[in-house]
Amino acid sequence: MSVTQSQSKPQSWWRRNQQALTPWLFLAPGIFMFSVYVVWPIFESFRLSFFDWDGLGTKEYIGTQNYSELWGDRNFIISLKNNVIWLVLYMLAVPAGLFIALFLNQTVAGIRMYKSLFFFPFVISQVVVGLMFSWFYAPNFGLLFKLTEWLTGTGIAVLADPDLVTYGVIAAGLWPQIAYCMILYLTGLNNVSADQVEAARLDGAKGIKMLWYVILPQLRPATFIAVVVTVIGALRSFDLISIMTNGGPFGSSRVLSYYMYEQALSEYGFRMGYGAAIAVVLFGIMMFFIAGFIWKMVRDEKGGY
Amino acid sequence: MLHLKKTAGLALAVALLAGTSAIAQQRTLVFNTDTSDPAPRAAFDQLIADFEAENPDIDVVVNMFDHEGYKTAIRNFLTADAPDLANWYAGNRMAPFVNAGQFMDVSDVWESAGFDDTLASARASMTIDDKQWGVPYTYYQWGIYYNKDVYAQVGAEVPTNWDEFVANCELFKAAGIDCLTTGTSALWPAAGIFDYMNLRTNGYEFHMALTAGEVEWTDQRVRDTFAQWARIVEPGYMTANHAAIDWQDAAALLVQGRAANYVMGNFAVATFMDGGMTADNLGFMPFPEITPGIPRAEDAPTDTVHIPTGATNVADAKLFLAFLGRADVQTKLNAALGQLPVNNQSTVGDDQYLSAGFEMLSNAYALAQFFDRDAPAEMAKIGMEGFQEFMVRPEYLEDILQRLEAARVRIYQ
Repeated sequence: MSVTQSQSKPQSWWRRNQQALTPWLFLAPGIFMFSVYVVWPIFESFRLSFFDWDGLGTKEYIGTQNYSELWGDRNFIISLKNNVIWLVLYMLAVPAGLFIALFLNQTVAGIRMYKSLFFFPFVISQVVVGLMFSWFYAPNFGLLFKLTEWLTGTGIAVLADPDLVTYGVIAAGLWPQIAYCMILYLTGLNNVSADQVEAARLDGAKGIKMLWYVILPQLRPATFIAVVVTVIGALRSFDLISIMTNGGPFGSSRVLSYYMYEQALSEYGFRMGYGAAIAVVLFGIMMFFIAGFIWKMVRDEKGGY
Repeated sequence: MLHLKKTAGLALAVALLAGTSAIAQQRTLVFNTDTSDPAPRAAFDQLIADFEAENPDIDVVVNMFDHEGYKTAIRNFLTADAPDLANWYAGNRMAPFVNAGQFMDVSDVWESAGFDDTLASARASMTIDDKQWGVPYTYYQWGIYYNKDVYAQVGAEVPTNWDEFVANCELFKAAGIDCLTTGTSALWPAAGIFDYMNLRTNGYEFHMALTAGEVEWTDQRVRDTFAQWARIVEPGYMTANHAAIDWQDAAALLVQGRAANYVMGNFAVATFMDGGMTADNLGFMPFPEITPGIPRAEDAPTDTVHIPTGATNVADAKLFLAFLGRADVQTKLNAALGQLPVNNQSTVGDDQYLSAGFEMLSNAYALAQFFDRDAPAEMAKIGMEGFQEFMVRPEYLEDILQRLEAARVRIYQ
């Protein structure tokens, strides 16, 4: 492209559209990777759920048979129920994180060390958390077992009891999740405007009223993120169940993500189509929440908040 | 300067040529294996060293996988990056790969090396569609390991039948000791107990028919098995909270004298010995008789080596299989593994548990492969969960049997 030519013609197509095109060019590798490794597998999973495939041999089209079987499968119902329990109880991490953040939000010497210690559970791997808690709950030598034995005479092995096991695993999961919410709130509390607090104090607000009417509304973005992450974390939970109970005893602590893994990818699981159907159901549940969150975020941004 | 460069260049070329010609003479054999635990690993290193010594122009490249991780990895590498040799198991456990055409038919090796005679005891479990699909190299016995000190403590005698076993359990319970211990968090130990309860109550043919899906789980004979099992489950003679512990934790209970008996495989002896038990206080007995007159069949899970269909060096792989099935090779390998050779011409070490096991298996009426290898994978999983649930809440038996039956109808189409 010689300079003389561009002087006689109008600017080249590239020159004209450079400003509009450049962002897309920068995004192109990312979009490519995302569509190949995230978007396409989602559609492939949808497609797989209509087949009967053992991962090794030929695929056999069976229509919606996987879904009708899923509906009558008691393991699926148990997994779904456990996911709902996870969702509800995991939300406790948000207020717990808030209260710890409020407590730590003081300028006392050494408070930073306490903040780091409280944040520590989130930093360590979930596998390590699961392992530690399974020792804590273990029959015969676990601390909780010994404590209940000392208090009531017979120790309670939480992970062996089909009624208590899900709650035991959720308690293990709450430990890092509370730490995460705490950090979000600590950051949010740093941004609380001192003038508003002063003005409210002059008006006579204190304690719960101060918290509810003045501080919490300013923490709305932090609350929103904390809720989003907690909901996604609850639905995604896999590591803890895998480490602590393997879905047991006899499937009582199973959740959808673990059931999907068991059916499709584990040692005894050769049903790719069925696992894909479970994955699609889990995806549907998550999309319900994610769509809600995105709608709210877009609405807030449009409203200029 | 140029003269020096020329000589140097010539020397380099000669060296490279010499190097490449040496490499060209070495053929490589890629072997994917899951023998990651220390004892099996050392045994396999020795096996491969011996093979390479006999065949100096073959270089065996070993890819070591973690024992549990291998079970999922194999489904990947058989299609993605097939080695020339791979470890696996016999019976129904190899059926998915055989049916998907992932393992190579090695009946020719069986014929030419005479394995039809020497590996006869495991031939049935290596055969699908009248062809053999791999070579077995080891198996081990299952039975009851018991703590002799604990028996002496309560004054119990080694039982000769199930009634005596249950009577002993009352003595143990009175002393605050678990009569039978197990750790079912990984599920398979429960299947070991069920296998023996069923083999002893109803016999080998019935057990094979059940795992092959030919008998209903709600059949009266299955209920009989569970009724016999309930005789130690309902009064609480088994370890409480077994669903939360591993088999190794249960072994600790036996070692510490807090449990009396343990239905386990011979590989557990190393764990018991590490924990402090000796040949004096660790006893072994075959599972006692329940229904009088039923010929005694045993569980003897077999480990094998196969050639994937995607292998590149098939000729040398077959050479290796022929080597692996030899009597002297199996004697040496099993001496290191602490297990039993499949080749009936091999000899067994004089460890008392191995000798007892060899004796027991050689005189057994038939050999089962263990529930999760005799039954197809999905049925095995559902079955084992049912056994675990029965041991935790035996009052749910009816519900469990209905569920197993519904699974059977769906799985064995």
